Order: sequence, then C-alpha cells, then structure tokens
Amino acid sequence: MRRYSVFAIAREGFRQHSGWDRAWPSPLPKSRYDVVVVGAGGHGLATAYYLGRNFGIRNVAVIEKGWLGGGNTGRNTTIIRSNYLQDPSAAIYEKSRSLYETLSQDLNYNVMFSPRGVMMLAQTQHEVRGYKRTAEANALQGVETEYISAQRVKELCPIIHIDGPRYPVLGALWQARGGTARHDAVAWGYARACADMGMDIIEQCEVKGVTQANGVVTGVQTSKGDIACGKLAIVVAGHSSVLAEMAGFRLPIESMPLQALVSEPIKPCMDVVVMANTVHGYMSQSDKGEMVIGGGTDGYNAYNQRGSFHHVEETVRALVETFPIISRLKMLRQWGGIVDMTGDRSPILSKTPLGNCFVNCGWGTGGFKAIPGSGWAMAELVARGEPGPLAADFGLNRFREGRFIDESVAAGVAH
Amino acid sequence: MLTLTCPHCGVQADETELSPGGEAHLKRFGPGSSDEEFEGYLFRRANPKGAHYERWRHTYGCGKWFLAARDTVTMQVFGTYPAWLAEPSDEMRGLVSGQRAGSGVEPGTPTEPEAAQ
Repeated sequence: MRRYSVFAIAREGFRQHSGWDRAWPSPLPKSRYDVVVVGAGGHGLATAYYLGRNFGIRNVAVIEKGWLGGGNTGRNTTIIRSNYLQDPSAAIYEKSRSLYETLSQDLNYNVMFSPRGVMMLAQTQHEVRGYKRTAEANALQGVETEYISAQRVKELCPIIHIDGPRYPVLGALWQARGGTARHDAVAWGYARACADMGMDIIEQCEVKGVTQANGVVTGVQTSKGDIACGKLAIVVAGHSSVLAEMAGFRLPIESMPLQALVSEPIKPCMDVVVMANTVHGYMSQSDKGEMVIGGGTDGYNAYNQRGSFHHVEETVRALVETFPIISRLKMLRQWGGIVDMTGDRSPILSKTPLGNCFVNCGWGTGGFKAIPGSGWAMAELVARGEPGPLAADFGLNRFREGRFIDESVAAGVAH
Repeated sequence: MLTLTCPHCGVQADETELSPGGEAHLKRFGPGSSDEEFEGYLFRRANPKGAHYERWRHTYGCGKWFLAARDTVTMQVFGTYPAWLAEPSDEMRGLVSGQRAGSGVEPGTPTEPEAAQ
C-alpha cells in the first residue's frame, strides 16, 4: 500500500489527486482463517493489527455487522487518559496512552492525537481525598498525574466557574499527557494497516452462529456464508452477551445506552478536557469548534442506541452550572452507544469456556482510550492462548474468585 | 421516555420516578452454594437483545418493587406485575410472545428466566 507523506500529497497535488488508492479493500470472506476477529471497531481492529505486527499472524479476518468503526468507536467523546487507581487498570490504560503517542507514525495514518491534558474536577471533600490518593497511586505506578489547586484549574481552563453554588471546584486530578484523538481515524488507520498486512476486513457481515466441535470453536456462520477459523476473538462491546450466547456461555455483562452530544461550533475557548464526575458531565472542544459533551449511562438494559432524554438534561444542567459560557449554545447532535457494563466496571480480556474462543469486552463507558492497549493485550492472549501481564488480571475467573478490579468504587461514576 | 404502570398503586410512572433493579427472577444462592452458583447469581446475566424481565422500584411513588417485561431494542413494554411472583405468569409470557409476533419487529432471543441458572 502506498504510504501517506508530504511527498505523496505534493505528487497528487500535481495530478488532481487521481492516484490515491482505497485505504482498504472490501474482499469476500475466504473459507478459512487462522484467526477470526468479530467486530471491526477500534478494539477488534487493534487486536488484528497487533496479531500481525507483534506475532506475525496475518491470515486474519475482521468481520463486522455494520460498517467499520460504526459502533462505539464512532460514538464516544474521544477522551484518552490513564489516571486509574488500581494497578492492573493503570498498567493497561497507560500502555494504551503511550501507544497513542506514536500511533500516527506506527500506522502511517494521522489519528490527530492531541495530548492537551485531562482534568477531573474535585467538587466534594470526598473527591479531593480520592483524587489525592489516585495521584499518589499513579506516582507509584509510573503514571504522570498531579493533584492541582482550584486556582490552577482556573488558569488551565478559564471558562470554568469555580465558585459554583452547589459544587464549587476544590481542585482537580490533572494528567497533562492525556487528551483526545480523532475516533474515526483510529479505526480507519488500524483498518488500513491491517489490510496492508494482507488481512481481510469484511463489513456488512453479521455473525449468525458459532460452530464448535468437542468444546473447541471451529468457525462462525455469517450472513456471507460459513467461515472456518482456528481461533475466534469476540470483540463486540455492547453485543458481547449476544455473541456469547451463540458460543454457549454467559457473561457478567449488562448492556446500556450511553449518550453524547455536540454543540454548534464556536471559537476556541477551551484547550483541555474537563470531567466533572460529581455533577456528572464532561466536555472538551473539538478541532472543528464543537463542544463535545458526555454524561452518564441509562440505568437499565437496552440496545436502542438512543438513551433517555432526562440524562441529556441532567448532563447539560450540570455543565451549564460548571461552564456558564455555554448556557446559550445550541446543541447540534445527540446519539447513544451501547456500552457493556461489568460488575466491577473493569474490562474482560479472557479465555472462555469454549476452547480457542477469546473475549474482549466490558470496557463500559471508557473503551476508546483503551483501544491500542486492549488490542496489544488481546493479540497476546489470542496468539499465545494465555494472557500476558497486561491481561492477566482481567480474566472472567475474577468474578468467581472475588478478585475484582474495582474501578466503580475508585471513580464513583462512569469513566 | 419510558413509562411503566406500577402494579401496586396503579400510577403510570415515567422513568424519572423509578429506579431500575436489573434482571428479574434470578435464583438466589447463599451460604453453602458452589462458587459457580454464587458467581452466576451475583454477576452472570442473560442481557438479552429482545424481551427482558426486569425489576423496578417505584422509588418516588409508593416505594414498592415490581417487575416488568420490556423489549430492550424497541423499548416496548409488554406489562408489569408484582414482585412476589417467582416467575412470569402465563399471561405475561403470552403477552410477550403474542405482542412480539404482531409487532413487526424482528424478535431477539426471548430468554426464559429459568435458563439463567
């Protein structure tokens, strides 16, 4: 595949851009692959990419029910951070964040990673103590974060109202190396790099069943015919329970809608990401100038990719209180994604009761930031058949053994 | 907005008045059960894409728990019933299967609560 570069742009500039290739082809499925990855979102594509790059496994298909990156990869608020409390979480999210730093170079595709800094506001005494503790934990984990004062918050983000009537800003957990990236570009970049290694990315191909023999997976039945596989990786986020049922086991997952919305574009006014977890809203400004806003999940199971209106109302109310400047902004679009929530709000990267079938799910409300690290760890799990150091603590067995990685308590909210 | 009729007080409550309580009809396991049973009871969920039997509490109303049958894709509510029933009544099952057939929506896999164990 032809590399993207400034010379390529110059060359194409002289011939009306007639020489660009398709970034990835649309092949029909072959009858057999060494590995079939179900789900061409960020996590699935990253899994395939690192299978090829780190383990030389290139006879791989990534199959997708809809279109590439059309699920949660294209529906999130693109925040990247790694300031987690628990050691296993900090390890995998920090791996992910560090991979994001060089992802554009690795993939030869501009993912527009913007390490603009992420702050999580402390608006109660409880949060102040919690974030100070997280900052100390991060120091031990080698994750660069610091607890900053309210004054520093105001300096970094002048549009914040720090003396709010209900929840004044008392400080914040600041990760200067966190930020955002272009979510579509992450999926497209991985897809292009996978196709470049000879992998097949098959869109509009829905899995209808999982075939097995003697407790080992043998292939998948799809809307484009049967595909045999040596190993199967299920990386389908909100629909993990549906796929697991086809494979004959049940997951500790509940699927719920999580909404986001964007405003009309305005002049640059905010060059950091702000998360306000007590009032439950987070906001950043996209390169186009839109304010990108996220809130909390609906509390009940649903697969409808819409969500309830009152959650939008709560989120916007909280943000107007925190950022009075946005009170007259019009909102342009609202959408929902189906997030896969686990009991301890930590992901699952695991072997399953079905042999040679692996699952990567449960990223809940915070999957985008984890894409490279998740793919890295999942590729190791699929290639070796056993989890590596990054995935070891995220097995399904932790629910039976009571070995939770309890980020729900650590964060207190969706994260 | 989701609206459920509380079977105890009869109020048509919208979801801001209610608290969701997750999957209904889980068989409870306690001391003396195996690790697998206990894990299943605490964590493993059917999480169906389709008809779902679930628990709700009329928190800002009569305060009582009740159960509902709802489609997780179309958000259609088939009905609500009191929480003391150990499993959905035949009438409720009929409502789920009958309305699904006529709804014109491709049915997901209706998950029978017994399969949860």
